[in-house]
Amino acid sequence: MSEPVLQLLESLNALACGLFLLTSFGIVATRQARGCLLLFIAQSLLLAASAALLGLRHGSAHLYGVALVNVISKPVIVPWLLRRTSPAEVYTRREIEQALNIPVTLSIALALVVFAYFLGIPLANAAGARGPNVPIGVAGLLLGAFTLTVRREALPLLIGILAMENGAFLVGISIARDLGTLVELAIATDGLIIVFIMGVLVRAVQRHVGTTAVGELTSLREGAAEPAREVLR
Amino acid sequence: MSIVVILLVPVIAALLVLIRPGGRWMAGVTVASCLLNLVLVAHLAWRVVTGLPPPELLDPAWSRWIAVDGLSALILLLIALVASTAAIYSVGYMGHDGLPLKKLRLYYANYNLFIFSMLAIPALAEPTSVWIVVELTTLCSALLVSFENSREALEAAWKYVVLSLMGAGVALLGFLTLFASMQAAGGGTYTWAGLIAAAPRMPPLLLQTSFLLILIGLGTKVGLVPMHTWLPDAHSQAPSPVCALLSGVETTAILYVILRLFPVMHAVPGAHAERWALVLGLISVGFAAFLLLQVHDYKRLFAFSTVEHMGVILTAVGLGASAADYGAMQQIVNHSVTKSFCFFAAGATLISVQTRDIAAVRGLIRRSPVAGAALIFGGLAITGAPPLAVFLSEFAILKAGLTEGHYLASALLALFIAIAFFGVMMHLNRMVFGAPAQMPADAPAVQAEQAGFRLPASCRLALALAAVPVLVLGVYVPEPLHRLLTLAAAAIAR
Repeated sequence: MSEPVLQLLESLNALACGLFLLTSFGIVATRQARGCLLLFIAQSLLLAASAALLGLRHGSAHLYGVALVNVISKPVIVPWLLRRTSPAEVYTRREIEQALNIPVTLSIALALVVFAYFLGIPLANAAGARGPNVPIGVAGLLLGAFTLTVRREALPLLIGILAMENGAFLVGISIARDLGTLVELAIATDGLIIVFIMGVLVRAVQRHVGTTAVGELTSLREGAAEPAREVLR
Repeated sequence: MSIVVILLVPVIAALLVLIRPGGRWMAGVTVASCLLNLVLVAHLAWRVVTGLPPPELLDPAWSRWIAVDGLSALILLLIALVASTAAIYSVGYMGHDGLPLKKLRLYYANYNLFIFSMLAIPALAEPTSVWIVVELTTLCSALLVSFENSREALEAAWKYVVLSLMGAGVALLGFLTLFASMQAAGGGTYTWAGLIAAAPRMPPLLLQTSFLLILIGLGTKVGLVPMHTWLPDAHSQAPSPVCALLSGVETTAILYVILRLFPVMHAVPGAHAERWALVLGLISVGFAAFLLLQVHDYKRLFAFSTVEHMGVILTAVGLGASAADYGAMQQIVNHSVTKSFCFFAAGATLISVQTRDIAAVRGLIRRSPVAGAALIFGGLAITGAPPLAVFLSEFAILKAGLTEGHYLASALLALFIAIAFFGVMMHLNRMVFGAPAQMPADAPAVQAEQAGFRLPASCRLALALAAVPVLVLGVYVPEPLHRLLTLAAAAIAR
């Protein structure tokens, strides 16, 4: 491949990574549950785009496989599974009160991205990877974890977990290109099982407790004696 | 094909449970498959001890994915043992209450899948596929933790899933970095053994980063202290046989994955795997010992004791001596057999008094002699009273620490173990021997007493079976087990 084409591919990959970072911010801060899901789908497509571009750049058929798996599993199967398992209520919920307000949340998220660059650049150099995949992937992972700490609603929490995996994968496609296809497929299947089990759990919470704001369940702790209860019910 | 068969048996059992509903059938299939697996695993461990490799390991196509050495054989053996006693215990524990068949089917199907996912951890050799089955253990046990569908159980299951998966996300980055450091070292087969071979050529920065990411990520699921918050909830809200599996072997199986990285780290000069283990281990033991003092729920008491024991094992590995490594392996065995017994005793107490609240249970030895005696025996055993199993291994670890010159670490460890002893025994002593307070006639415990409650036979059988290793291993380590422990300790040594 000629030099300008390689340059173009790397620029396009950098663009996909940049947009990936934007969607991570969006997932942390979007109040509407459905908005979170759409942002996650966009994020997965950007991950697939980055994998395809890197596959073209390095001539690795294996990375096309990663891109294909991402295009099929996340934008198509994840929403379908969610519709089958969890109550419709999870989509329509809107979080009025987050643990932190939006400006504070975004400031902390910004600090996390700076931290991710400190962590990611030496890592990328040691692994001999070029482009912004490693620091932005680490940032995606940290922002996903941060989402888990500030959100209360079920769907954003589930998406936080999946976004963490997306972040890890964005790093993976640049530093661990030759991981077996079998393993990649298994990890994607595993993501679907996560969606299924958490969807079932949310339905149970909604049926027995009457809310989908699972973050507000905080009765288990030391200090407050539990009331005597029936067993096995 | 012995290892593949061991992994297939629980999957087949899960399918059999699903195709034909019927309480006796499902319980019978589960018990039979667990016992069959125990025999198969014991045979495999015997082959490992006598130096005969299992047939499929001679074929490189298999050894790319599956490998069994002393360490993994030890973990397999523990999982199969606790799975068997917990399956026997489940028959009476889940059967005594007239649960609907649909719930029982959910229980037994998930139980068998959970056993499969745990057995796969030590059997698999490829680190990323190990990560996948670690995730599967969380997902297969989530619906077991939420089984009672009460507000508390659902909360516990949710916390368990979210925090475990969050840790798994961090660990995934660690495993991908591990793969990258393997590539940077010039490639090779990505297995535990291949990693050790390639370790001297790896960039230290990449390897250390991946070690820390995996230690933090999987440490969440082991219950190491800053990340332990979900563990007392999940390990106390699940049905008692599941608690025995979660506390007794699941944590150990995950810790095994972390231990696998120690020989890799040893090959890199300047990597401080042991220092991290020592610090995190001591923090876990210390915090858990003090948190034990203030619990109100006796199942949470044993759950905190799990956090404490995971800390003890990690501290022992962190001492970095071969005697301490042997002690750590012994502690892994003794903790698994003793903790599963403790949760069986806690379950027996729960079905005889119908409450988890420590303050509501007094004079248990008079109300239910079996449950009371089991509870006090379990408490003594898990806190390391002589001459029971845990005493022997904790003593070995402390002795190794002193001979290695880790005076401060050993002193702290001894102090925390002593505090944990008082914490557990203070609560249990009051429950078992305390004078019964006047209770209102409608209290659940009083009603249960009036109903003339008797512990189901299978629960008593499981308690008796689980007590045997606790008693025997305290005075005598059989020669084959000693050799297996030596092999396992050698697998993580320098």
